[in-house]
Amino acid sequence: MQHTPFYQKHLEAGAKMVDFAGWEMPIHYGSQLQEHRQVRSDAGMFDVSHMVVLDLQGAQAKPYLLKLLANNVDKLKESGKALYSCMLNKQGGVIDDLLVYYLSDTAYRIVVNAGTRAKDLAWMQQQLQGFDVQLTERSDLAMLAVQGPNARAKVFSLMPENEMALAEPLQPFYGAQIGSWFIARTGYTGEDGFELMFPAEQANKVWDALVGAGIPPTGLGARDTLRLEAGMNLYGTDMDETTSPLVSGLGWTIAWQPTEREFIGRKALEAEKAAGVKQKFVGLVLEGKGVLRNHMKVTCEAGEGEITSGTFSPSLGVAIALARVPAACGERCSIDIRGKLYPAKVVKPVFVRHGQSVLS
Amino acid sequence: MSKVPANLKYADSHEWVRDNGDGTVTIGITDHAQALLGDLVFVELPEVGANLTTGTECGVVESVKAASDIYAPISGEVVEVNEELDGSPELVNSDPYETGWIFKLKPADASEVAALLTAEAYGELVASEA
Repeated sequence: MQHTPFYQKHLEAGAKMVDFAGWEMPIHYGSQLQEHRQVRSDAGMFDVSHMVVLDLQGAQAKPYLLKLLANNVDKLKESGKALYSCMLNKQGGVIDDLLVYYLSDTAYRIVVNAGTRAKDLAWMQQQLQGFDVQLTERSDLAMLAVQGPNARAKVFSLMPENEMALAEPLQPFYGAQIGSWFIARTGYTGEDGFELMFPAEQANKVWDALVGAGIPPTGLGARDTLRLEAGMNLYGTDMDETTSPLVSGLGWTIAWQPTEREFIGRKALEAEKAAGVKQKFVGLVLEGKGVLRNHMKVTCEAGEGEITSGTFSPSLGVAIALARVPAACGERCSIDIRGKLYPAKVVKPVFVRHGQSVLS
Repeated sequence: MSKVPANLKYADSHEWVRDNGDGTVTIGITDHAQALLGDLVFVELPEVGANLTTGTECGVVESVKAASDIYAPISGEVVEVNEELDGSPELVNSDPYETGWIFKLKPADASEVAALLTAEAYGELVASEA
């Protein structure tokens, strides 16, 4: 089992450790619900050092990404700007979802999922042929996400003035290299905050400073309920190589314009669209008591679908889910929970933003 | 280490049983069981008046992480359920042996209670599963 630079800190903090894609990671440090609420109301930090940071450099870095990614890196004009994109196979299935930061036309930083590391790297290397670019894995970096309404202020309280002067003006979805650190105003919770990448040898010092500033550690359990409330997809659960972005709520991340940009998977997606997309990706809210779980069957007048991610929403006090259902599914459906049918409401796949319910 | 009070009896399906001395027993899930489940968010209680048979599913405890059936550790009639758990399922986490009790049963056969695991035997079972 692999360990991040924060492994000892997790044990010292009383974490219950689990296997996550070959990494021994904290699921919670006592109470997942309390950690969830801490992030929604104040601030918490997540060890995300198992995620894979890649630096792409070279004269043809941009043309390479224009081919590799379904979203269009040509939208990125300002240094530090981030873009969320799917990386597709030729059949239009999702190999991974990732964040790419634009540093210059010849330098990008890419963050991909831990569980897909080997296949992502193999695919990206394979597509490199004929392009003058180099891909470097930055396993020398540790990564922490600090999230919550007070996250930024608490991070600023630890920074020298000259560094804060650079970090404070960062707008959402922008990052900046500040000394040996890369600081980005991004995250996976629906709250404000930063994702911090820094040399792994600073891990213990940074952890202690953040805890000292009132930012307690938060496990992968709360990370999952937070992202689900925020309506953010989880790779391998909500989409994979057998599902296209069009049936995974990720149509908005496909850049169809300009039409002459031949990104990998484009032809398959165009064919899927022309034939009529058969399914849609929705949110579900259970009306009674109970908890929605992954793979539960969804029945509506238009046919059957499946829950891709289900949980109990600590912020809303009801069960919520992301689901793939027939395109003609209306506003109501039934969920099979251990053999009994329960009514649920079909909503847009987002439930909580900045601590507030977005359900009408 | 999870708590295993010496004055209770246990089922290998991780329920505890307290003899109330008035012809009824109180039943809940053990500290070990609640710790494995994590934060509970929902408890489906048995119905008052229901006649249960040893080993049958009679309720569900759901945490953020998973759902787990509650089994009747002995046969008998359900005489009371802990309705506090409707609004405060977390009592099962914070106080599994007292305010986090789940239901009360009038045993069909008192010898069934005596035949349940002792605290010592249950403690060994938990240790062997770890």
